[in-house]
Amino acid sequence: MLLDIIIFFLAFSLVLYCLFGGADFGGGILELFVGKHNWQLVDKAISPVWEANHVWLVLIVVILFMGFPSIYSIVSQYLHVPILILLVGIILHGTAFTYRHYDAKKDASLKVYNWVFRLSSVLATFFLGVIVGAAILGRITQQPETFYEGFMAPWINLFSFSVGLFTLFLFSFLAAVYSMGEARGKREKQALSRIAKWLTVATVASGAVVFLIGEMSDLYLLSRFIYSPFAIGSVLISAIILPFLWRSLTENRAWRSRLLAGSEMVLVLVAWFEVQHPVVVAIANAPDLTFQNSAAPESTLMQLVIALVVGSLIILPLLFYLMRVFKKEQIPNA
Amino acid sequence: MEDLLSARLQMAISLGFHIIFACIGMAMPFLMAVAEYKWIKTGKVVYRDLAKAWSKGVAIFFATGAVSGTLLSFELGLLWPTFMEHAGPIFGMPFSWEGTAFFVEAIALGLFLYGWDKLNKWVHWSSGLVVGLSGVASGIFVLAANAWMNSPAGFDWVNGQAINIDPVAAMFNDAWFSQALHMTIAAFVATGFAVAGLHALLLLKHRNSDFHRKAMKIALAIGAVAALLQPLSGDYSAKDVADRQPAKLAAMESHFETKKGAGLVIGGIPDVENREVNYGIEVPGLLSFLAHGSFDAEVTGLEEFPEEEWPPVLITHIAFQVMVGCGMLMALVGLMYLLFEWKWKHLITRRWFLWLVGIMAPLGFIAVEAGWTVTEVGRQPWIIYGIMKTEDALTSMPGLQYPFYLFTGLYLFLSIVLVWLMARQISTLEETYESVSYKR
Ligand code: HDD
Ligand code: HEM
Ligand code: HEM
Repeated sequence: MLLDIIIFFLAFSLVLYCLFGGADFGGGILELFVGKHNWQLVDKAISPVWEANHVWLVLIVVILFMGFPSIYSIVSQYLHVPILILLVGIILHGTAFTYRHYDAKKDASLKVYNWVFRLSSVLATFFLGVIVGAAILGRITQQPETFYEGFMAPWINLFSFSVGLFTLFLFSFLAAVYSMGEARGKREKQALSRIAKWLTVATVASGAVVFLIGEMSDLYLLSRFIYSPFAIGSVLISAIILPFLWRSLTENRAWRSRLLAGSEMVLVLVAWFEVQHPVVVAIANAPDLTFQNSAAPESTLMQLVIALVVGSLIILPLLFYLMRVFKKEQIPNA
Repeated sequence: MEDLLSARLQMAISLGFHIIFACIGMAMPFLMAVAEYKWIKTGKVVYRDLAKAWSKGVAIFFATGAVSGTLLSFELGLLWPTFMEHAGPIFGMPFSWEGTAFFVEAIALGLFLYGWDKLNKWVHWSSGLVVGLSGVASGIFVLAANAWMNSPAGFDWVNGQAINIDPVAAMFNDAWFSQALHMTIAAFVATGFAVAGLHALLLLKHRNSDFHRKAMKIALAIGAVAALLQPLSGDYSAKDVADRQPAKLAAMESHFETKKGAGLVIGGIPDVENREVNYGIEVPGLLSFLAHGSFDAEVTGLEEFPEEEWPPVLITHIAFQVMVGCGMLMALVGLMYLLFEWKWKHLITRRWFLWLVGIMAPLGFIAVEAGWTVTEVGRQPWIIYGIMKTEDALTSMPGLQYPFYLFTGLYLFLSIVLVWLMARQISTLEETYESVSYKR
């Protein structure tokens, strides 16, 4: 019971991090395509809520080290290198974003911020995917013989990279849909909706590639998928949603598109969670880590649940208020 | 470079970087709240402009604090997985509450920064206050975790495993209160003096600026009161350390032999090999008094501990002297300011006093860094005092010098960019506010 509540919060934080943080990173990736004059657009779409975005990530980390300490310690030990690169991406992304927003002068430095922001968004997103892929692939080896076997092989492989690529498309897809509502001119809106459509195709295609490469890497996601009604259901629903999303994009309906795109993201995460369940981190030469076998003692879980539940009772109303204050004006043109 | 040393240095640099933003994040909202309050009450636009100008700088610092903190939460695992695996379930509780504090802070900050024109004045003012309160709360929560490393509680250690874990007892360990109190005050001292110093230097350039005069006075008033409280809280901390970590106290004071009526060594360079201090000034009996409240109490010396359990004496001693030295200077200047404010107002804007305040600007942050060096280096060789050695907590990943170089380079780069950004901020500030003459 305690465990279920904690897993729920973990999943919830992950979903929200992907929804908000994903759009935030995706915004940077998108800028690479949309061109340099439109950066204000992405900036505007995310600035009021971004301060809260990365807190979801911190929450995930804290839940892991308090509730599932061996998952945290194994992952951070053997995936040290990709995490390091992710962190570099996060630092550069966060600082470049804020500095360009608040720099008192708007001059040539803008160019530097822009490029740092874009490249770091790509870096962080890709490696976020790589880390997730590496955790499930099962090449993590305890007490490795060589440096390469222990600290590189778990993540330098086609599968992890394909998950990275998938994440890139997914996040930029989200950002494209979100930014549509902020775009002022009709031309901008249409450009974004075209990009969003392309990205929808790319996301679906790269998702299929992940499964394919999984099969080739002895990770039989497909067979696990077939036996999971939840996963099949999620994918079905997301397939049903697609045409609606497409139409809503064509008609430039910002809020409807946002909702539909957000649901797509949630469904992808549910399907992935179901396919992988109960394994959280697969290990080559030892039992895989699950939430059950890595959970902290009961007294700790209890305190974690209390902190999470009481914390959300404090946070949710505030978050709602924040959204209301800043997003109010946009709802009418849904 | 050796892996253990690289990891320790990387941890020190990351935390040393983060703490600057943490201090600003805790104290600056209160400075802004004072300015905004005065604006609402008096209607003088200069106060609103001040709060706004500060908030632009603060936004930049907040973002940097947030990313460096996010980094830290990963770094604890990247560098010390064994420590985190055992400690996580025990000292995780304050971190889980800290999550809530961060959220509240981030939300309130969003309202504050973007809500100047959208919110009612008082709602806006309260959102600023909430930023400060939740900043202080998050500081206190992390400190409880750090205090637990100094004063482990809430578990039994049997055969290298923690059992009977009680996270609540772990959080409210013996050290948390003294550390939380001292650190919170330190944030106000450091931020208050840094901001006051900056505006004092700008006042020297723009002698008639009402803007900078008001800014300096708000910051200095807060800094001064905190600086006068800090030695009291520091004395309380020292007594606490004397009880729970006698080896740390002995290293701070370079106190080698256990003695009754021990003297306090001021300054000096400890010679660890010969177990003596050169060039120091010794005040008889004072150490006994400061550590245990009586001039002839016995103070445990380092000789009671095996030498491999001594913290690095030289670093701990010097860092302690630096912190106390800075603290005393700031308390003095703070006292002067309060006296001037009370009786001799005209002295506040004299050149010599502005220079004095300007020179004080970095001292608070120097004291913070030195104080943390005392706490952390003074805990060595332990990562969890008396339970786990730092070397046993290290990750198995080799080549740790490369992440260390990477992060050092990154932090160096960010620091340079930040200084440059602030300079730009101030120069546009001058263009905007110097030309306006405010009605008194
Ligand atoms: C503005 C900053 C500042 C100033 C003026 C002082 N300190 Fe301090 N001190 C800190 C900032 C600080 C700190 C950085 O915040 C520390 C590190 C850990 C902590 O809790 O506070 C600290 C730690 C610290 C410790 C170790 C606590 C521990 O390990 O648990 C002692 C004994 C003192 N201080 C004592 C003093 C004394 C006697 C001062 C007299 C003036 C003093 N401090 C001024
Ligand atoms: C922000 C203020 C802090 C500063 C400036 C700071 C400074 C330092 C320094 C100088 C070291 C290196 C000590 C040495 O190896 O000789 C260190 C180590 C470490 N600190 Fe802190 N510290 C701070 C707060 C914290 C907090 C709040 C925690 C945990 C909750 C923490 C956890 C650690 C750990 C795990 C190490 C490595 C192990 C060790 O050397 O003992 N520190 N820190
Ligand atoms: C004693 C040392 C520390 C103090 C007093 C402290 C305090 C603070 C404060 C006041 C903030 C908010 C201010 C701002 O955003 O600029 C902050 C941010 C943060 N800190 Fe620390 N911290 C300390 C050490 C640590 C450690 C060891 C960790 C990681 C385990 C950490 C993780 C974070 C994170 C993730 C944030 C960003 C939260 C946000 O977005 O607001 N801090 N810290």
